[in-house]
Amino acid sequence: MREFGYQRAYDVAGALALLGADPDARFLGGGTNLVDLMKTGVERPARLVDVRELPLDGIEPTADGGLRIGATVTNSDLAVHPEVRRRYPALTQAVLAGASGQLRNMATVGGNLLQRTRCDYFTDVTQPCNKRLPGSGCPAIQGEHHNHAVLGASEHCVAVHPSDMGVALTAFDAAVAYETPGGPGELPLADFYLPVGDTPHLETALPAGALITGVTLPPAPVAARSRYRKVRERASYAFAIGSVAAALDVQDGVVREARLALGAVASRPWRARAAERVLAGAPADGATFAAAADAELAAARPLPHNGYKVTLMRNLIVAVLTELAEEAAR
Amino acid sequence: MTTTTTGTPTTPKRSTGTAHTRIEGYEKVTGTARYAGEIPFADLAHGWLAVSTVARGRILSLDVESVLRMPGVITVLHHGNAPRLNTDYIGTLGTPPDPTWTVFQHVRVPHLGWPVALIVAETPEQAREAAEALAVHYEREPHDVAFSATRPDVRPVDGFMPAVTEKGDLEAELAASDIVLDAEYTTPEEHHSMMEPHAATALWDDGRLEVIDSNQGATWVGNELAKLFSLAPDAVRVRSEHVGGGFGSKGVRAHQVAAVMAATAVGRPVRVVLTRRQMFSLTGYRSPTIQRVRLGASADGRLRALEHSAVNATSTVFDFVEPAAGPARVMYGAEAHHTANRVVRLDVPTPTFMRAPGEAPGSFALESAFDELAEKCGLDPIELRLRNEPERGPVSGLPFSSRNLRACFEEGARRFGWADRDPRPRVRREGRWLIGTGTAAGSFSAGAAPSTAVATAEADGTFTVRIAAADIGTGARTALTLLAADALDVTPDRVQVRIGDSDFGPAWIAGGSMGTRSWGWAVTAAASELRERLALGADIPPEGITVRSDTTEALQALTQKERHSFAAQFAEVAVDVTTGEVRVRRMLGIFAAGRIVNPLTARSQLLGGMIWGISMALHEEAVRDPATGGLYGADLAGYHVATNADVADIEADWVADPDPDDPVGLKGIGEVGIVGAAAAVANAVWHATGVRHRDLPIRPDRVLQAVTGAPDA
Amino acid sequence: MDPVPSPTHSGITLNVNGEKHALSVDHRTTLLDALRERLDLTGTKKGCDQGQCGACTVLVDGRRTVACLQFAVAAEGREITTIEGVAEGERLHPVQQAFLDLDGYQCGYCTPGQICSAIAVIEEHAAGWPSAATDDVRPEAGPPPLTPDEIRERMSGNLCRCGAYVAITQAVARAAGARTAPAGEKTTTADREAAA
Repeated sequence: MREFGYQRAYDVAGALALLGADPDARFLGGGTNLVDLMKTGVERPARLVDVRELPLDGIEPTADGGLRIGATVTNSDLAVHPEVRRRYPALTQAVLAGASGQLRNMATVGGNLLQRTRCDYFTDVTQPCNKRLPGSGCPAIQGEHHNHAVLGASEHCVAVHPSDMGVALTAFDAAVAYETPGGPGELPLADFYLPVGDTPHLETALPAGALITGVTLPPAPVAARSRYRKVRERASYAFAIGSVAAALDVQDGVVREARLALGAVASRPWRARAAERVLAGAPADGATFAAAADAELAAARPLPHNGYKVTLMRNLIVAVLTELAEEAAR
Repeated sequence: MTTTTTGTPTTPKRSTGTAHTRIEGYEKVTGTARYAGEIPFADLAHGWLAVSTVARGRILSLDVESVLRMPGVITVLHHGNAPRLNTDYIGTLGTPPDPTWTVFQHVRVPHLGWPVALIVAETPEQAREAAEALAVHYEREPHDVAFSATRPDVRPVDGFMPAVTEKGDLEAELAASDIVLDAEYTTPEEHHSMMEPHAATALWDDGRLEVIDSNQGATWVGNELAKLFSLAPDAVRVRSEHVGGGFGSKGVRAHQVAAVMAATAVGRPVRVVLTRRQMFSLTGYRSPTIQRVRLGASADGRLRALEHSAVNATSTVFDFVEPAAGPARVMYGAEAHHTANRVVRLDVPTPTFMRAPGEAPGSFALESAFDELAEKCGLDPIELRLRNEPERGPVSGLPFSSRNLRACFEEGARRFGWADRDPRPRVRREGRWLIGTGTAAGSFSAGAAPSTAVATAEADGTFTVRIAAADIGTGARTALTLLAADALDVTPDRVQVRIGDSDFGPAWIAGGSMGTRSWGWAVTAAASELRERLALGADIPPEGITVRSDTTEALQALTQKERHSFAAQFAEVAVDVTTGEVRVRRMLGIFAAGRIVNPLTARSQLLGGMIWGISMALHEEAVRDPATGGLYGADLAGYHVATNADVADIEADWVADPDPDDPVGLKGIGEVGIVGAAAAVANAVWHATGVRHRDLPIRPDRVLQAVTGAPDA
Repeated sequence: MDPVPSPTHSGITLNVNGEKHALSVDHRTTLLDALRERLDLTGTKKGCDQGQCGACTVLVDGRRTVACLQFAVAAEGREITTIEGVAEGERLHPVQQAFLDLDGYQCGYCTPGQICSAIAVIEEHAAGWPSAATDDVRPEAGPPPLTPDEIRERMSGNLCRCGAYVAITQAVARAAGARTAPAGEKTTTADREAAA
């Protein structure tokens, strides 16, 4: 790890000023990903601007029935907030499924959105990686990729986004608020993450030098009946090999509204809009759920050793939607 | 002041056999127990290893000059300036030194992650940055890490037992069998992953080399270092008081050798601590195995033919045999009985002993095969095993010192509720989970090796016992205290046992499930003789009365027998075949493992072994990338060991099984806990799903692929 | 030695176990290394240095965190509690006592982290926090009972390679029971469940 300068910011304007236009400076939030990447040499910033003291640690109900979540709210505080648990239980479940109690106490909402893939070719600086070193190649495609992407990947990168929280936020149409020296901005999460294409090193649409200030969750009554399920290779404290965030509103046996997002299958949390289209207005039964899963997964392009993910996601989508429908019927 | 102990018969009840909390427990729960990297030294310098980024080749040059100019850097050791080591000797374990820890002696690179330099700096941060900045130029050569059992260069190697045993005409007996099973099983590369990384501080003190280390045997490491650096044995002192886990990996390693070189070069104490990632290439591991098992049986399940043929990988510089075919030589007899351990040399680090070497992977294959045979024979798996209980060693023909496997199965079956089991697979469901139960047998050899101990009656009425034992979490310190107390016929609070110091005299290692037994024998001998002397009524002088023991002769006098601990393992699993998730819901292990000194810590150790079995069955797998020759995900996020949430309701218990030839009836419990555990889990997965998993670990994708085409069929 | 303050070094004050420690740090120094190498508080262990094992768990402002992924300079101004600060003098914290009595450890290297984590787990549960093992996380469902499954999930950020999990779970249940039990009542439901 190279030597670096450290400054602490106490307000948003101060943070932006401290970061300036320095490409070698980074905002430091909870540090659970950035500090690790500095240890492995993936990140070698010359300066850190600590943003944990910023007054962005609140969760406020919005007038329209949504929530506004500050960027420095910790994962723990987000997960246990009564209004999150009441209005978006899948978000609480997603956050609680991630990492460990210790890491959730440190990690922040803003940092979580910006966390990097755990593809080991990315984190091992002795390896080629198009995301870390554009143009150097992607060893995962020919090498180890059993937990890599089956949706939306490209020949340049097949890494997956590791977030659990982001999957639930994506399902509920969250928008990311940010501040730049030129003023504030907002990006729907759907547009926040860039397609992989031939630029896997460009991960988000966040302008250079911008600071994430919070996440807005629009009102979503459907989310009151929602669920997050995560499959991983041990019972806890592991990244997903597949996850589903789903919400279902069923009236008289018919799906009125459905939300579905998938994790650990793509370079970003994957909103399953094709599946949602199949679900809307259809009978809330196993055939519909399977058809919805198939509609979404028709676009899957598995590699030689991750084809199981297509089966897994199909089964997981059907299982979670079935559970929600049964719950609605009770 | 002198104290007379004569005529003060405290006559305590025996301390062994009842539960005692750990002697060092207060230190461990308060954080005051100091491990190797935690002893402060004035003027300490920090060493950081730089390791190779190629899997095979030659070092052409290192850009040392620019690194020497970095802040805080004191020196850089590498093949060009490091002292020459003496490697021409046979060490404690009967083998020459493994070249993977005789560092900086030549330019050849035999595996990825091979130490190429040690940077010594004032602070760890400076040393680390310099190690990462050091540019090393290689002549890269094509590497070969393709492990397979069908390679022409697979060859038998003896290791710690004969490579091949052959009795009877295998093909003839197979042909004459009513039922034949022929199956291949594989286990992956597995890593010890103890929580405390390897750490050593070396310094010269008045002409003597002192090494503060984390190891499984101070005598062992001290002797090896003395030979490597051509020092007199008593010119080296190795201390290792608290050890944060070992499991076979904490012997001589690159970090101690590099630390000694550095302390010599800079004339200051130098500490070298391995990073977690370095541990994956520098501290040994369990080789992957490919095992073929062929069983031939009569209709009644009696074996006519048994073949167990195992292949493991080793490095190009040292032959390490993972003797997975070994268990068959103990467990089951047959008219024709063939076993073979073979190895293939690859451009990988040298594997090493890892908890139950041979037995852990071997029992997975053999005990899975027995479950398959039971199914084919229509026999209960326990009954099949009991019908094949041998009278004598199946290969050696020697009698067993004791063999209480039957008692283990009877007790285990009763407590686990085995009699109520429906033998048909895939018949129990609870919600999304299919439920199944499985069982397996296990064994591990029981032995002892020569050790010495020193027992002193102190003038204040207490006793001090010194022995170069290692407590790597086994509870050895506590067990030896209880054994000494019983031998002295006093309460344990009057006995202080000091361990982990090579100056206490030669003693065996914490390994092979032989540590506590070997040391316990020596401690009991010294303490018993001391008690006899005190019984003569002598006053205790200020310097105390000291007795030394050496068990070499007593051990030589033991007759040859098959000496083993035994296990009956039971597991209940839940499998969601739509997601591939497997959960162990319940597990029971019943052991015949000699007399149990301290039930509290013994239970912990046996449970720990069983949890290793769960972890082996479901989680552990180091993935070697053919392209790089190195590991993919060499950290604790990539290499999964069981978490607390993976371990539900697990019980361990034992049957009476005192060893008749041990002074206090001990056998050894460090390893038998894992043996058969993974097979019991795998057999339970078969019972739950009807699908046999012959490749570990039983990952979600493997469970899913086994039912692909019929999701939740 | 204390390097001279510079853009890459700072003079800081760390508040550890109620004591203030002034020191100059290289910004690269993690809280974990500052505790171990500079303050000689070696009870906090380095198992992986990557946030993947939990051995370095300490309480920061009352919450459990891993010390390896925080820079010491960023920990200034926070109240840090390490394993050395959880007992009251010679009297062990109930969690420490339960680990000792029930043998919730073997090699002991993960133990300080387990104990710090367990202390926080009991507080988090008392505050009504759900976990990934909680069936219904909605506030209407009420706080989840601290079953063995809840303890196992909440303690899963602390790896124990010796495999002491069975006794660790029992120890947390016992200590949690002692916290909530009225004076004199020794055994609790959680205790019995865990011991069963």
